[in-house]
Amino acid sequence: MSLFGKLTWSAIPFHEPIALITSLVVLLALGAIAGWITVKHHWPYLWHEYVTSTDHKRIGIMYIVLGLVMLVRGFADAIMMRAHQFLAVGPHQGYLNPEHYDQIFSAHGVIMIFFVAMPLVIGMMNFVVPLQLGVRDVAFPTLNNVSFWLTASGALLVNMSLFLGEFARTGWLAFPPLSEKLFSPGVGVDYYLVSLQISGVGTVLTAVNFVTTILKIRAPGMSYLRMPVFCWTSLASNLLILAAFPVLTATLAMLMLDRYLGFHFFTNDGGGNSMLYMNLIWVWGHPEVYILILPAFGIYSEVVSTFSGKPLFGYRSMVFATLAICILSFTVWLHHFFTMGAGADVNAIFGIASMLIGIPTGVKIYNWLFTMYGGRVRFNVPMYYTIGFMLTFVLGGLTGVLLAIPPVDFIVHNSLFLVAHFHNVIIPGVVFAILAGYTYWFPKAFGFTLDERLGKAVFWCWFIGFNLAFMPSYLLGFWGGTRRMQHIADPSWKPWLGVELVGAFFIAAAIALMVWQLFYSIKTKDQRLDTTGDPWDGRTLEWLTLSPPPHYNFAVLPDVHGEEAYWHRKQLAIERDELIPEPNYQPIEMPLNTPTGVIVAFFASVCGFAIIWYIWWLAIVGLIGAFAIMVWYAWRDEHEHIIPVEEVRKNARERRRIRQENLQTLSQSV
Amino acid sequence: MSSHEAPAIGFTHLGSEDTGLGHRGPQSKSIVVPYGFWLFILSDMVLFSALFATYASLVRATDGGPVTNQLFDRTNVAVETMALLISSFVCGLAMIAAKRKNMVWTQVWLTTTGLLGLVFLTIEIREFVGMINIGAGPQRSAFLSAFFTLVGCHGAHVTAGLMWIGTMMAQIWAKGFQPHITRRLLCLSVFWHALDIIWVAIFTIVYLIGTLP
Amino acid sequence: MTEHDLELMNVAPGAPHDSMLSETVSYVVGLGLALVLTAISFWVASTSSLWGPGVAVGLVVLAIAQMGVHLVFFLHITSGPDNTNNVLALAFGVMIVFLVMIGTIWIMAHMNTNMGPSPEMMNLQTQH
Repeated sequence: MSLFGKLTWSAIPFHEPIALITSLVVLLALGAIAGWITVKHHWPYLWHEYVTSTDHKRIGIMYIVLGLVMLVRGFADAIMMRAHQFLAVGPHQGYLNPEHYDQIFSAHGVIMIFFVAMPLVIGMMNFVVPLQLGVRDVAFPTLNNVSFWLTASGALLVNMSLFLGEFARTGWLAFPPLSEKLFSPGVGVDYYLVSLQISGVGTVLTAVNFVTTILKIRAPGMSYLRMPVFCWTSLASNLLILAAFPVLTATLAMLMLDRYLGFHFFTNDGGGNSMLYMNLIWVWGHPEVYILILPAFGIYSEVVSTFSGKPLFGYRSMVFATLAICILSFTVWLHHFFTMGAGADVNAIFGIASMLIGIPTGVKIYNWLFTMYGGRVRFNVPMYYTIGFMLTFVLGGLTGVLLAIPPVDFIVHNSLFLVAHFHNVIIPGVVFAILAGYTYWFPKAFGFTLDERLGKAVFWCWFIGFNLAFMPSYLLGFWGGTRRMQHIADPSWKPWLGVELVGAFFIAAAIALMVWQLFYSIKTKDQRLDTTGDPWDGRTLEWLTLSPPPHYNFAVLPDVHGEEAYWHRKQLAIERDELIPEPNYQPIEMPLNTPTGVIVAFFASVCGFAIIWYIWWLAIVGLIGAFAIMVWYAWRDEHEHIIPVEEVRKNARERRRIRQENLQTLSQSV
Repeated sequence: MSSHEAPAIGFTHLGSEDTGLGHRGPQSKSIVVPYGFWLFILSDMVLFSALFATYASLVRATDGGPVTNQLFDRTNVAVETMALLISSFVCGLAMIAAKRKNMVWTQVWLTTTGLLGLVFLTIEIREFVGMINIGAGPQRSAFLSAFFTLVGCHGAHVTAGLMWIGTMMAQIWAKGFQPHITRRLLCLSVFWHALDIIWVAIFTIVYLIGTLP
Repeated sequence: MTEHDLELMNVAPGAPHDSMLSETVSYVVGLGLALVLTAISFWVASTSSLWGPGVAVGLVVLAIAQMGVHLVFFLHITSGPDNTNNVLALAFGVMIVFLVMIGTIWIMAHMNTNMGPSPEMMNLQTQH
C-alpha cells in the first residue's frame, strides 16, 4: 500500500463536469469568505468569540449557521433531482447519469437529516434551554464546544466527497448488501460511515450535556412542572439521542468491520444477515424522527402561547404527551420494514404501536388550537409558521397512520407516497419550527428583529413551495411511482413532475429571500432594535435578560415562583409599577474559552479522512493527536475566570434602568 | 399579592452548593459531573445491547464453521472473571483511599486495578489469537464476527480504561487530590465497575450458555 | 430542612458512603455476593443434575442478580430518595436495553422462520 493509500489524482472528478464545477465554485466561495475575513481582520474576533467559545449562545449560533449553510447544499441536491425528474421522462434521459443521481439522493437525505435538521434543532436547544432554565450555561460548556466541532467535522467530510472521490450511492441509510465492499467498492460508503460516526459522537455528547443540564442545573424554584415546554421536549429529545445513537454507532461500526476487515455481519456469504442491519438501523432511525420533531413541538408551544397572549393550554397534558411519545417512539421501528416478512403477528403489534403515537400527537394539536382559542392572537411571522404547520402537518400525520397499517404499507412501501409522507412531516414539522424559532429568538441573539414583511414572503414561498413540491407525490405514489427513480417511463406523469419542479423553485425563492431578509435586516437594524429584551411580550425566562444577553445570562439567577416564570414577574412589576428590589450582586465564575474542541475535531477529521482513504499511518497520527490534546486539556490548572462584581453590577443596573423605563410598554396586551 | 410572593433573589451560582433536586438552583459540580458520566455509561450500555442482540441473532449463523461448544474454554473464562471482579473490588478500595487523600494507597490500589485489568486483557488476547490460529477468526462466519465484535468491544473498553487509569495515576501524582481530579477518579471507578457488569452479561450469555451441553 | 439534609437529598452515582468501615464493608459484601453468584453460575452450567431447558434461563437470572449486586454494592445505586435521578436514568437505560434486545431477537427469529428457504427449495439447490 502506498503512502497515500487509495488516494490518487483520479480521485478528483475531472470527468464529471457538474461535480467539478460545483467543487470549484464552492472552493472559490470559501476562499472569498476567508479572504474577506482576513482583509477585515475578523479572525481574532471569530477565534475568541465563536470558535473557542464555551458560551452556549455562541455555540448555538454556530450550530444554526452550520445547519443553514448545509441546508443550501442539501437543497441544491433537491432541486437538481426535481429538475432531472422533470427532464428524464419517456424518451428523454435527463442530465444526470444513474451513478451521479444515486449519489445525489443519498447525499440529500444524509445532509438534510444529519447536517441540517440535527444541527438546527441542537442549535436551538443550545441557545434557548439554559436561558429558559434561568441559568448561566450548560452543565459541561467545554464538552458542548467539542460536540459542535465534531458535528462540523462530520459535515466537512461529507462535503469533501464532492471534490475528492465520490459519495455513497446507497440511499441515506446505506442498506447492505448494496453497501458492502463487494457491491460498493469505492470510498463513497466509507465517507458516509466515517462522517456519521464522528458527528454521532458529538451528538451523544450533546445529549449527555443537555439531559444533565435540564435535570441538574435549573434556576432556584424551577421545579420540573414549572419548566417551559421547550425544555421538556428538549429533555425527551436528548433522552432519545442518548438511547438511540449508540445503536447507530454500533450498527455503522459493524458495517465498517464488514467493509474494512472482511467480517460477515450483513454480507450475503458467511452466514451474514442483511435484514439484521435494517432492524438495527431502524432501532435508531425511528427515534431519530422524534429526536427532530419533539423540539419542534416545543418551539410551536412557545410561539403559540406567546403570540396568543395566553398560558399554554393543557401544560401538563403536553408534558405527558411528550413523555409518552418519548417512550412509544422506541416500540415502533419495525413499521419501516413491514414488507420484510416478519409475519402477521409481529407486523400487527408494531402497526398498533405506531398508530398509538397518533394519540399524544393529537393531544398536542388540540392543545395548540385551544391555546389560540379565546386568545388575542398576534399574527407575527412565527405564528404564520405555526398555523401553516398545523394545517399541513395533520395531513402528514394522517398519511403516517395509513402507512402504519401493514396491508396498506405493502402497497405503498418505498413509493413516492412514502416520500411525500415524510417530507410532509419533516418540512412543515421540523423546518417550519426551525424557521419560526429562528425568527422568534433572533432578536434575543442579536438585539434586533428580522424584517416582518420579508419574513412573511419567506413563509409564503416555503408554504406554497412545499405543497406544490410534495402533494403531487401522494398521487404519483398511488399510481405506482417508486422512490429513487432515475428515469420515469410514464409520460402522463410529466405535468405533475412539472408542478413539483415549480414547487422546488418556490423553495429556492424562499431560501434566496431568507438570505436577503438577513442582509436587509442587518442593514436596517436601527429601525427594529430590541431595547427591552422582550420584543414579543414573552412569558419565559429568556426574555428577562437583555438582548443579546451578557455571557453570564443573568446577573443573579432568577427565583422562580410558578409556571411562566417571567410572565408573573413582569405582571407583578407592572402592577406595582416597580421592579423587584435590587439584589446583592456577586462576582460570577464563568468557564474559560478553549481551543480543545476545534483541535480535537481537526484530529478527528484527519483520522476520518485517513480511514476513508486507507492511509493508516495518518489515522494513527490523528488518534494520537486527539488523545494528546485531551490529556493536555485535562492537565490545565485554570478552569474559570471571574467576572468582577463591579462589571456585573454595572450591567445589571443598566438593564434595570431600561426595564424601569419600559415598564408600562413591556406588556403590549395589557 | 401576598407578601411571600415577592421574589427573594440572592442565590448566585457562586455560593450555591444546594442540591435540592432543582428547587434550590443549580447543583454542585460534585453531583453534576458524575451524573453526566452516569448518563454516558447508560448510553454505552445501550451500545452493548445492540451488540448482544446481534450476537444472539447470529450465534447459529456459523456457515459450517466452528460452533460455540468447540471454541470456548470455561477455565479461561473463570480466570478472566476473577481477574476483573477482584479488579473492580480493588478499584473500590482505591476510591476509599482517594477519598481520604491517601496518596500511597491510592496509587497502590490503582496499580493493582490496572494490573488485574492487564491480566484479563492478556488472557483475552491469547484466546483471540488462539482462535484465529485455528481458522476461527472473525472472517470465518457471521457468528464469529459477532463474537469478536462483542467481546472485542468490551476488551477495547478495558484497554481504554487502562489508559485512563495510567493517566489518572500520573495526574494524581502530579497535582494531588484536587476536587476536579477526585471527580474524574469517581467517573473512572463508575466506568470500571460498569465494565465488570458488562462482563457478567458476556460470560453468562456468550461463554456459559454457549458451552452448555 | 437543614443544609445537611439538603446535601443528603442527592448523591452522585458511584459516590461511596461516609464512614470508612461501612464503605469497606459494602465493597467486601459486594465482592462476596458476586463471588457466590459467579460460582453458582459456573456450577449450574456444568452440572447435569438440573433440568436441561431451565439452565439457560437460570443463568440469565443469576447474571441479572449479579448485575444488581454490582449496582448496589459497587456503584451504590439504592432505592433511597437521594438516588431518584440516578435510578430513573438507570431504569430508562434498562428499559431501552431490553426493548432493543428482546425486540431484535423476536423480529429476527420471526424473519428467519418466515423468510428462510423452505425444505423443497433446499432440495432443489442440492440437486443442481
